[in-house]
Amino acid sequence: MEPMTVETQTVGTAPTKRREQRESVVIRFAGDSGDGMQLTGMQFTTESALAGNDIGTLPDFPAEIRAPAGTLAGVSGFQLNFSSLEVYTPGDNPDVLVAMNPAALKVNIGDLMPGGILLADQDGFDAGNLKKAGYATNPLEDGSLAKYQIIVVDMTGMTLKALEDLKLSNKVASRCKNFFALGLCSWVYSRPIEPTLNWIQDKFKKTPELVEANSLVLKTGYHFGETTELFAVQYEVKPARIAPGKYRNVTGNTALALGLLAAANKAGLPLFLGSYPITPATDILHELAQYKNFGVYTFQAEDEIAGVCSALGASFGGGIGVTTSSGPGIALKQEAINLAVMVELPLVICNIQRGGPSTGLPTKTEQADLYQAIFGRNSDSSLPVLAAATPGDCFNMAYEAVRIAIKYMTPVILLSDGYLANGAEPWLIPKFENLPPIPVQFRTEAEGFFPYLRDPETLARPWVKPGTPGLEHRIGGIEKEDVTGNISYSPANHELMTRARARKVAAVAQDIPPTTIRGDQAGDLVVVGWGSTYGSISAGVDEVRARGKTVSQVHLRYLNPLPPDLGGILRRFKTILVPEMNMGQLLTILRATYLVDAVGMNKIQGQPFKVSEIAAKILRLLEG
Amino acid sequence: MSDAAVATAAPKLTRKDFVSDQDVRWCPGCGDYSILAQVQKVMPELGLPREKFVFISGIGCSSRFPYYMNTYGFHTIHGRAPAVATGLKISRPDLSVWVVTGDGDGLSIGGNHLIHALRRNVGLKILLFNNRIYGLTKGQYSPTSELGKVTKSTPLGSVDYPFNPIAVAMGVDATFVARSVDVEAKHLQDILRRAYEHQGSAFIEILQNCNIFNDGVWDSLSDKATKADTVLLLEHGRPLIFGKNRDKGITLGSDRRLQVVTLGNGASEEDILVHDETNRPLAYMLAHLEHPTPIGVFHATARLAYEEAMGKQLEAARQKLGPGDVNALFNRGETWIVE
Repeated sequence: MEPMTVETQTVGTAPTKRREQRESVVIRFAGDSGDGMQLTGMQFTTESALAGNDIGTLPDFPAEIRAPAGTLAGVSGFQLNFSSLEVYTPGDNPDVLVAMNPAALKVNIGDLMPGGILLADQDGFDAGNLKKAGYATNPLEDGSLAKYQIIVVDMTGMTLKALEDLKLSNKVASRCKNFFALGLCSWVYSRPIEPTLNWIQDKFKKTPELVEANSLVLKTGYHFGETTELFAVQYEVKPARIAPGKYRNVTGNTALALGLLAAANKAGLPLFLGSYPITPATDILHELAQYKNFGVYTFQAEDEIAGVCSALGASFGGGIGVTTSSGPGIALKQEAINLAVMVELPLVICNIQRGGPSTGLPTKTEQADLYQAIFGRNSDSSLPVLAAATPGDCFNMAYEAVRIAIKYMTPVILLSDGYLANGAEPWLIPKFENLPPIPVQFRTEAEGFFPYLRDPETLARPWVKPGTPGLEHRIGGIEKEDVTGNISYSPANHELMTRARARKVAAVAQDIPPTTIRGDQAGDLVVVGWGSTYGSISAGVDEVRARGKTVSQVHLRYLNPLPPDLGGILRRFKTILVPEMNMGQLLTILRATYLVDAVGMNKIQGQPFKVSEIAAKILRLLEG
Repeated sequence: MSDAAVATAAPKLTRKDFVSDQDVRWCPGCGDYSILAQVQKVMPELGLPREKFVFISGIGCSSRFPYYMNTYGFHTIHGRAPAVATGLKISRPDLSVWVVTGDGDGLSIGGNHLIHALRRNVGLKILLFNNRIYGLTKGQYSPTSELGKVTKSTPLGSVDYPFNPIAVAMGVDATFVARSVDVEAKHLQDILRRAYEHQGSAFIEILQNCNIFNDGVWDSLSDKATKADTVLLLEHGRPLIFGKNRDKGITLGSDRRLQVVTLGNGASEEDILVHDETNRPLAYMLAHLEHPTPIGVFHATARLAYEEAMGKQLEAARQKLGPGDVNALFNRGETWIVE
């Protein structure tokens, strides 16, 4: 297909355009990290959500804040899947790729569906940028991309022209070009631009000239789509049939912050976050720092260790202490987490996992810290470990982590990852009053008080706020005597206390709801996952089932202790497949715990599973 | 009810009220005993109910301290007491939070937390027991051991230069910096009272004898025969005079360095510097004075404590936005209804 180039377009009578229905569309915006692609993607997401579609998003940005402009290292992308059906993932391969420069093209073109639309900014494909991306000739013109529909639009040129009267510098004006792309795509997919116009109004309210410029460029892009002959068809994706109610978009990190806040409010406790900035967890700190009128304390500590220690100090004081980090930071916190295990105080540790080991892939996703969470401390040191399955589920599991921490007087680790943290989905907004209660009982009665006298049901020790008269006592990291909590080096007492701590954590199993099996209750194959693979696995399983095959799915949100009914469920299936974005951590645990011959499926590329990968693996196993 | 009101209503406390039922397990003859006794003596006089005191420690001999105080206490992990105490004090500014640490705990493994707590001016009372040795691990050199210190881990002598704890605290602009000596009971009590009254971080280096691994390290400063000539008592508004015959003093020399002069020997009392706790440059210079060794309050200045500043922010946010409404927060931003 010959590239079509449009320099300028006279706006006249709009040609009549065809409207076509699409079930779902996957679009990826890609450009330089300074091109505003994340923002463009997020706004397109909001527009799509308001259009009633179900959505899934995947931002993909470089670790460097501003890699040299135009280079492959500096490419930033945002993928969105919007659909009239239920969406589980951001989609495997985009139907549409918006490439603002040659580097963005080079990094992303391999993923574009054959026959897919490539929308490129002509101005971005100048000689300098082509050279930086390593192209000898312009791929838009040399026929090398013949299997795609190439649409070249002079987005930069038209942006500058639209802004001629505003007397902005060329640099400032050309930075508005992402709004041209957004406007154009909004038209092509029949998205409303009003939400973005409102957003611009709010976002740039301190600089009215940018409100005017960005709004103008957005409309220019939209109208260009309407009038240009480049697009003969306007696509429409009907609203999805999702559960009725009021929705908004949330990313995993926002949902997690809201879950913590809601739980603290439900419990009637002050929320204290001790944290140190680290990708991809920092947005939780940013989010909670906005909630000061709720009485939330956010403390940016001097390091990861001080983050968790300050949180534990706040829990000692009768608040709910939380620390947020990623794998490398969790490694630093483990000694303090173990102190929390020993002194049996509530504490929530959120690990927003990323690729590792060491610094690894800071902005890419992985779920390889399960061992670290369950086993990563010295000695026999058990604590509850939970994992969120979707961005919205981060809310539920954060709430649950706080509830369990308080009920059982224990540190709880909550696992999320970069994919959930930055990904967004429509979230059915809960009502605070309908959330489960989180009872808190501070001991104030001096008579019969012993710091380690356990509740017979939960095995939790009493929580006493310093300042309570008559209950002065000391806690610490040295082994405690049963009941009194005094220092004890007695061999028998150490074994008794070690077993008591383990029993207490095991008792959390009584709170785990029955495991949901998607599909048949028994059969040839069950796919067992945890964490952010939920979307890919669900979609992969559904795809195979749509072909008439039998496959079931179990997704774990409680990793320690495991659901009490899990062993029985696993034994009802001939084959157990465990896809993980690691080398097989849950796999090892399931094999060791239940003596089942589960098989692994492992992807360690900093990217989520594709639906097609999961489906293909299931089919291979079913065919034996 | 304010703390003051509670104090007047409560029965009078005595030293015994602050003694826990645990046997003290420091080595007989350890300087820690005297420090514990002075703290237990001062606490009942401060007018705060016992349950409002919290002692937080790290790891080391000194860090066993909380177990012996019949108050709330938390024996944490090595070096991290200031961080744990910071979280507590921020969220519970009503409590009087004391940190007990040592030269290894506070200046080696926990140096980062110590300097940041002081920099932030968190309202913690930090007692750093300095015996210039690792006691609990049986005698390795510490970050305050003198250069060339021969220990089991440095058989040929240490080759690294020591920290000066007072200079460290001054270097991070701590708002209350003082030094005392384990056996100087009355002096130590006075300094503890001052620390309690100070708003914000109070840092006290307590020179402490480890009679097992570093015996006599501070003898020249505590020996009645020598201390008058080796110790310079810092008193606000008083001239920096010392010596058995009170005939020596500190002046600012023509080279703008501190100088020890003998009175009557060409120097009169008018030439002697008068101590001013609010004079930060003077405190810097005194921090580095070794002969004589100053004890007392080097520097005390008023600055908003961290927890007060944070409390004000929270209050201001409440005033501006009203108390938080969780449902309103859930519904923030663009929302839509699915029928």
